[in-house]
Amino acid sequence: MYAQMIKSTGKGVKSLDEMDPEERAFQERINAGGKIEPKDWMPEGYRKTLIRQIGQHAHSEIVGQLPEGNWITRAPTLERKAILLAKVQDEAGHGLYLYCAAETLGVSRDQLTRDLLTGRMKYSSIFNYPTLTWADMGAVGWLVDGAAIMNQVPLQRTSYGPYARAMVRICKEESFHQRQGFDIMMKMVNGTEAQRRMAQDALNRFWYPSLMMFGPSDAESVHSAQSMAWKIKMNTNDELRQKFVDQTVPQAEYLGLTVPDEHLKWNETRGHYDFSEPDWDEFFDVLQGNGPCSTDRMEARNMAWDEGRWVREGLLAHAEKKRARKMAAE
Amino acid sequence: MSDPLFEFLCRMGDNTLVLGHRVSEWCGVAPVLEEDIALANTALDLIGQTTLWLNLAGEVEGKGRDADALAFRRDVWDFHNVLLVEQPNGDFGQTIMRQFLFDAWHRGYLTALTGSSHTQVAAIAEKSLKEVTYHLERTTDTVIGLGDGTEESHKRMQSALDRLYPYIGEMFFKDAVDEAMISEGIAPDPTSLRAAFDSLLDEVLAKATLTRPDGTFAHKGGKSGQRHSEHLGHILAQMQWLQRAYPDATW
Amino acid sequence: MSSPESGSYDATEAAPHGKPRATEWPLWEVFIRGQHGLSHRHVGSLHAADAESAIKNARDVYTRRNEGLSIWVVEASAIAASSPEEKGPLYEPSNDKVYRHPTFFDIPDEVGAM
Repeated sequence: MYAQMIKSTGKGVKSLDEMDPEERAFQERINAGGKIEPKDWMPEGYRKTLIRQIGQHAHSEIVGQLPEGNWITRAPTLERKAILLAKVQDEAGHGLYLYCAAETLGVSRDQLTRDLLTGRMKYSSIFNYPTLTWADMGAVGWLVDGAAIMNQVPLQRTSYGPYARAMVRICKEESFHQRQGFDIMMKMVNGTEAQRRMAQDALNRFWYPSLMMFGPSDAESVHSAQSMAWKIKMNTNDELRQKFVDQTVPQAEYLGLTVPDEHLKWNETRGHYDFSEPDWDEFFDVLQGNGPCSTDRMEARNMAWDEGRWVREGLLAHAEKKRARKMAAE
Repeated sequence: MSDPLFEFLCRMGDNTLVLGHRVSEWCGVAPVLEEDIALANTALDLIGQTTLWLNLAGEVEGKGRDADALAFRRDVWDFHNVLLVEQPNGDFGQTIMRQFLFDAWHRGYLTALTGSSHTQVAAIAEKSLKEVTYHLERTTDTVIGLGDGTEESHKRMQSALDRLYPYIGEMFFKDAVDEAMISEGIAPDPTSLRAAFDSLLDEVLAKATLTRPDGTFAHKGGKSGQRHSEHLGHILAQMQWLQRAYPDATW
Repeated sequence: MSSPESGSYDATEAAPHGKPRATEWPLWEVFIRGQHGLSHRHVGSLHAADAESAIKNARDVYTRRNEGLSIWVVEASAIAASSPEEKGPLYEPSNDKVYRHPTFFDIPDEVGAM
């Protein structure tokens, strides 16, 4: 997911009886479906876990601009160019909304950015994979946004008010992203032989990385249990992954594409598809910074930040001069 | 000379196409998120305007070419954008200065085009003008802010201005295509827009504490298509690659 | 580096929301009044060097330039707040770019919900 492997700082889930009155009131409010707002009391662990999770989600949106941005100047028609540009722009907007949500927890956007750029904070593993053909624009929209939506839709009900509101806005804007991806895929599979090959190749390369987006199984994780009790995580990783596979396989069949998993099979008794796990060693390699594009992504973000410094400072200096001139005139 | 109306429409569409392409190169790497989003809006507006101008050009030409055919299947010598818009992005200052100089010309030109005798031209100009008025507002503020900002930002804006200054003249240069458009009441005399441009430029540069370079030399050859810079070929190599590599495909 | 666990925020104990930092653009809260005569509504936040650029950034970020809108920006640090129990505001997507709407893309019924 866009926020993977988030560890809560809690030491396991306390029962209501073990909590002091403040924390108990906080937990009861969450249990009753209430929202926690910035000025409300909250346990320190809740605050820190949320900063990590929202921050990582925001970083993923920002770094996530790069693999699709890679094709804006090569989009094959004016309309495709405009659609792709609008989509990548949305990702910048979503990063912005999420950073603002994190800022209500007492951390600044620049602080979070510095933590991204120094490698202290992570972004989703998926954005460390390259986009090699135009069909990848289809696959990213269809699979990557499709997987992201699985997680983001339930997060609209998350307990932290600013986060929930950001997710409402994001989900609304994002609804076109997956569809435009599928639309590209349809064009490709109905096109020339070369286009069909590109489409299959894109599915082959993005299938397992998409499954990795949900993170390793966390059914046994105390961190996940705590996050679920706080309602900042709404489903287990396995639930979401299964839901994604169940939804996506028929779509691949519709496109006439083959999911690259020989063990993929409908299981009548479970009422779900059985499927192969992704290579989790690869996942951990990517998280360690050894993804195919990890170095490129971090270089691009660092360059943007470093080369943008004079602009940020220049406009701030001008604003200060203007304020000083105005005060002097009064 | 090909049909002057067709060529005039290509000039309009090629300007926005090439500049939109250049601005879109910033997507994901701008100095701050808010600028990233704003630049994308500018690029989106320019791409939208391109579609309108080049579709009309194709219609006027009557050979069944639409905006995509014109954008993706012509080579350098058939492009009629001014040299300014194909200049490299450079740093953010150079990008903003290029945009400001273009916006200032564009707004004046579009304003005149809203009174065009050609109703479709007038309609496209009117739609574009709303967008371009905002572009100019934004780039004016940014040029002033960065010119007046820190010592470094001032220095960078001054060198951007010096670098781009010789490309201003071409936007106001008049040739046979312009003569034909003027005589039919379709488009204004570009030379008539120079004075207003100059006074805006002086006003903004003064607020930005920037110095207007001496000299009246102006590069030309883009608008006529006779001699583009080397940059345009690279833009087209990237932009047209898919259409050229897979000519039978639809996208 | 298997997780951001090591990225501790112990050092950043809840600084007041929006407190300006030395080199960071201040945070602004954005309020927009749409065409329907309703009062200004909080739509989100953003960073800008000053009020004028905050308004321009708000146009670009939060309205995607829909016309007929009135925008207020307030520096976040200037807002005094009680403990709110507010409901999440509803947001309207921009109307000017038709492809931003999911219905722009025809997805065959057989494919199912998307």
